[in-house]
Amino acid sequence: MSMWEYANPKLFMGWTRPVLPWTFALAGICLVVGLVWGFFFTPDDFRQGSTVKIIYLHVPAALMAINAWIMMLVASLIWVVRRHHVSALAARAAAPVGVVMTLIALFTGGIWGQPMWGTYWAWDPRLTSFLILFLFYLGYIALWEAIEDPDTAADLTSVLCMVGSVFAILSRYAVLFWNQGLHQGASLSLDKEENVADVFWYPLLVCIAGFVLLFIALVLMRTRTEIRARRIRALEARAQRA
Amino acid sequence: MIALLLRDLRLAIRAGGGFGLGLAFFLIVVVLVPFGVGPETELLSRIAPGILWVASLLAALLSLDRIFALDYEDGSLALLATSPLPLEGAAMVKALAHWITTGLPLTLAAPTLGFLLSLAPEAYTYLLISLLIGTPALSMIGTFGAALTVGLRRGGLLLSLLVLPLYVPTLIFGAEAVRRGADGLDPTGALMLMAGITAGSFALLPFATAAVLRINLR
Repeated sequence: MSMWEYANPKLFMGWTRPVLPWTFALAGICLVVGLVWGFFFTPDDFRQGSTVKIIYLHVPAALMAINAWIMMLVASLIWVVRRHHVSALAARAAAPVGVVMTLIALFTGGIWGQPMWGTYWAWDPRLTSFLILFLFYLGYIALWEAIEDPDTAADLTSVLCMVGSVFAILSRYAVLFWNQGLHQGASLSLDKEENVADVFWYPLLVCIAGFVLLFIALVLMRTRTEIRARRIRALEARAQRA
Repeated sequence: MIALLLRDLRLAIRAGGGFGLGLAFFLIVVVLVPFGVGPETELLSRIAPGILWVASLLAALLSLDRIFALDYEDGSLALLATSPLPLEGAAMVKALAHWITTGLPLTLAAPTLGFLLSLAPEAYTYLLISLLIGTPALSMIGTFGAALTVGLRRGGLLLSLLVLPLYVPTLIFGAEAVRRGADGLDPTGALMLMAGITAGSFALLPFATAAVLRINLR
């Protein structure tokens, strides 16, 4: 049995049913532990005071906003190459979650930016490219909604997702060219010894794990909903023909 | 290909297409801006590069849905798809025709309107060059967007929502090149990056456009 078998809608419904509650529970535990730990049991930063604690929402949300688009890109590619319907539906299901993550990142960034930079919004490379990412998400969702035939919609949105990815990366570098910003450089990377001081680092890791699990759980749940909606459509079409 | 190009040009000019419309829109936007921000020469000359670029982008956007919509309705798009000319080639010709009827007139009109906005004298050459290099990319990206929404009855608004984020890099580099020219800095970097976008979109987007058209004609 190859891994593609799991994309069969019936099997997919079968294995996600028991997995889903566990994913939700794990996501909830990680988020509660990570956020409570981060908010109440870490010291205030000596320069930023207690505002530093917003990174426990901001960084994971921003990470997931980008990763959601990458996941949609992979799902679209699988749909175009192997025509797995579940893959197309998963891409569709991930988009609204990605929008919410982008919005959380933008809003928490604004709340943090007000006391730190003295402004909620600045036309800074990172902020601007996130706003553009948000627009890409909106266009993608609107295209899904606008087309009636589900297969055509899946095809067109996949092409849009691929072209959009290229231009999203391009915009990212274009705004860098534009001006130098307020946002600090990447504070997380794998090759550095210590990215952030350990006291902040461990709760942040737990929060990131929580957001990843939450994203997986939400996408699985929404994909199940999409599959059910698709089944209802098929049943209605059959009832009309009968 | 040349026959298709000539046909599209003839249709655009004769049949009350978007030929003069984009140009008139460009003029009106540029005239409206001084009413909005006030007539101080200093302020106007500082924002002129951005205004001219945004206005030409919007003017190009205005006529996008005409690229495929009429051909789709009367069935000539299906004929094009079955003709010996590959659909990729047809998509490129369509973009080229759109550029000749909107991008080229906009480029030629822009210096005159730059005069209205008291653009810095050093910037005129760079305005012309940047529009000349950048507007073909706008047409090609727009053709892709028009192909995406061709099957929809009211695709106009959706088309702008899809296409505008794709226009962002071109706009940034274009306005940056003119601004650098106005400030007496070297705009070569921005111009070269923009030329890269144009060349890249003409190399790759015809394939995406043709794929999307085939899906829509299925």
